Amino acid sequence: MSDTKKKWFSLNLNNTKKRTSSSCGCGKTEGGCGSHNTQNPIKKPKDGYQQVFDVKMDRRSAFKQLTASLAIGAGAVSTSCSMIAGEETKEKAQIDWEEQFKGNYKLMTDQEKNDTVNRLVRSYQLRTGKSINMSSKNAEEDVLFGYAFNISKCQGYMDCVTACVEENNQDRNSQMQYIRIHEMKDGQGFNFNEADDNYYHEVPAEGHFYMGTQCFHCDNPPCVEVCPVQATWREEDGLVVIDYDWCVGCRYCMAACPYDGRRFNWSTPEVPEEEVNKNQHYLGNRMRKKGVMEKCTFCVQRSRSGQNPACVEACPTGARIFGNLLDPDSTIRWVLENKKVFRLKEDLGTEPKFWYFMD
Amino acid sequence: MKTMKVFKSLIVDSLNTITHGTKKYHLWMAFLTFGMLVGMYCYSIQLEEGLSATGMTDSVSWGLYISNFTFLVGVAAAAVMLVMPTYVLKDIDFKQAVLIGEGLAVAALIMCLAFVIADMGGPSVLWHMLPGIGVFNFPNSMLTWDVIALNGYLIINITIPLYILFRHYQNKEAKPRVYLPGALISVFWAIGIHLVTAFLYQGLQAKPFWNNALLGPRFLASAFAAGPALIILVLAIIRSHTTFKIPDKTIKKIALVVTVAAQINLIMLISELFKEFYAPTHHSESAYYLFFGLHGKDALMPWIWTAIPLNILATILLTFHKLRNNLKVLYFACFILFIAIWIEKGFGLIIPGFIPGSYGKIAEYTPTGIEIGVTLGIWAMGAFIFTILARTAINIETGVLRYKR
Ligand code: SF4
Ligand code: SF4
Repeated sequence: MSDTKKKWFSLNLNNTKKRTSSSCGCGKTEGGCGSHNTQNPIKKPKDGYQQVFDVKMDRRSAFKQLTASLAIGAGAVSTSCSMIAGEETKEKAQIDWEEQFKGNYKLMTDQEKNDTVNRLVRSYQLRTGKSINMSSKNAEEDVLFGYAFNISKCQGYMDCVTACVEENNQDRNSQMQYIRIHEMKDGQGFNFNEADDNYYHEVPAEGHFYMGTQCFHCDNPPCVEVCPVQATWREEDGLVVIDYDWCVGCRYCMAACPYDGRRFNWSTPEVPEEEVNKNQHYLGNRMRKKGVMEKCTFCVQRSRSGQNPACVEACPTGARIFGNLLDPDSTIRWVLENKKVFRLKEDLGTEPKFWYFMD
Repeated sequence: MKTMKVFKSLIVDSLNTITHGTKKYHLWMAFLTFGMLVGMYCYSIQLEEGLSATGMTDSVSWGLYISNFTFLVGVAAAAVMLVMPTYVLKDIDFKQAVLIGEGLAVAALIMCLAFVIADMGGPSVLWHMLPGIGVFNFPNSMLTWDVIALNGYLIINITIPLYILFRHYQNKEAKPRVYLPGALISVFWAIGIHLVTAFLYQGLQAKPFWNNALLGPRFLASAFAAGPALIILVLAIIRSHTTFKIPDKTIKKIALVVTVAAQINLIMLISELFKEFYAPTHHSESAYYLFFGLHGKDALMPWIWTAIPLNILATILLTFHKLRNNLKVLYFACFILFIAIWIEKGFGLIIPGFIPGSYGKIAEYTPTGIEIGVTLGIWAMGAFIFTILARTAINIETGVLRYKR
């Protein structure tokens, strides 16, 4: 029992800088709790459970062998069977095999991450003739992303929704949207039951106010706990992400999320070729397939390269604020320290990193 | 090597048995095969189009498949109510029924696994779930517990009857020393699979309708009512169609099990209703939706108002000895009880969990034809498997099928 052990989970931002001991009393797998913070001076192994049982290495090497042997087999088969087939067809088959039998991104080494990204880029090129940019950038140290939403400012324009759909290559057919804007009546408080999240009239409507929801990147995310294959996890910088290629589509995480944060690809997602955002991240807006889960990633492709998420940038009223919670000079820290902030369903102990406030 | 030879002969003989039979039998099997083919066709469409071929949406993300899965886990667990008295307490009366019960458990478990697979978005990457090769999020995810529990239970329920039948096939007595430990384990295991399946839902703080401490115990009570009720019905059919002798006493003893379980289940139901409706909170909305509908949306109302009266009627019929001891009444009571619990523990439990949604949105769910087709196909498969198992078992037990040296 370390002194960082808390009875009730809490995201204690002010403490984090001072803490030196990195032992974590939560007993959960990686990042399930806030005590695994990134700024610890001694960099500790990140994956408690797997380290303890030494599963990580075994599994990875087993995987390498399996993948390699399958790839060789596939290569041999495709070479012997299709003497006439072009180089490209063979390469494509090879890539498809390796992709089908690759491991979980969470457990990959940087080299393996790089390899899979290269394969995906190449595969896209072979299929469409267009080249994309895909990053596998890891979380940076001393970064914990957080978000604040100014209820007084939001006017319900939904520019954020549009920007999000375009930035993140969401399925146009089913009109998938990560963000929902709830229109609420003045004088009724935060009454989500009566709110309308599907309005088509001119905004701001008289006598109404607006509140946006999306995945809140909980610091104690129930969605991560329940996933049977660890296809979704909390990264070191606090982003809760999904490996779309590892997800088996059981939708348990969707049932576990108290905030309607997740979206499922019920059919093959489609984005017109000319609208595809080619600046991608493996964990973010790369193309998805049918039968997998996805959700807001705080635009990992943007946030990890120093930009604001697309919704923050698109908002004409400045109601959305994003930043590094561990940087005492960031705007988000200023908001948290100077405004009366609150979060939704705090009694559930999920510790969302998404705060609401009013001017 | 001798064992192998006997085993081979057993397989040949049982193949022979299941391919020969009366006209009625062949008609029944043809009917089931047709059902399975329809199911496979529907599933192929679902594979092609994705899960959008079903009625599920982002709001109600589990539907008919998971409902049936939940219910069938209960049916599978119920085999234990027969195993315990027979093997452990040495009650001879149940001996005839227990092989049938275990066959039922095997069929139900295979159906459970089929329903889970039908519900998956990516069946082609299911190997990600295999411990060792994939990543098994144990012990954090209750779903991994369930995978272990169900497969373990399946193995237990295949091996015990197989051993017993194998011995009887060779005209030898089955040694209790060998199967008793397995039987004992299976008793605990059965309670385990049911509790674990309940915890799957109970552990979600996001869904107040499920997040309630009574869910696990209620699962058990309803399972021990519905499962043996089904066994009684099956035994009744077997009794009238084969030479397999099942004494009235056995059926009446199982009826006692059903009765007690149904009574306990009803008490828990009352407790649950009291909590939801005496002092309704924000969290009672799902129950309100289920029983009375919300904002004019009431798709589940006809179902639940069928289930509740059936449940009460069945429990009353079973409670009076006079009525219960009349076999006709008993079969009727078992039948309506089975239907009532299928509704209640199936979509009466799963669907309201999602309604209203996280932010109070009410999006209703109606299964599509494809979904219903796949579901019926899986039920047909279950019935098919059970028929094969039961037929072989019965022929061995009645001495028709014997190893010829
Ligand atoms: S909002 Fe939902 S999906 Fe996002 S981290 Fe929290 S529980 Fe997971
Ligand atoms: S849908 Fe995918 S991410 Fe969600 S719990 Fe299932 S496997 Fe994990």
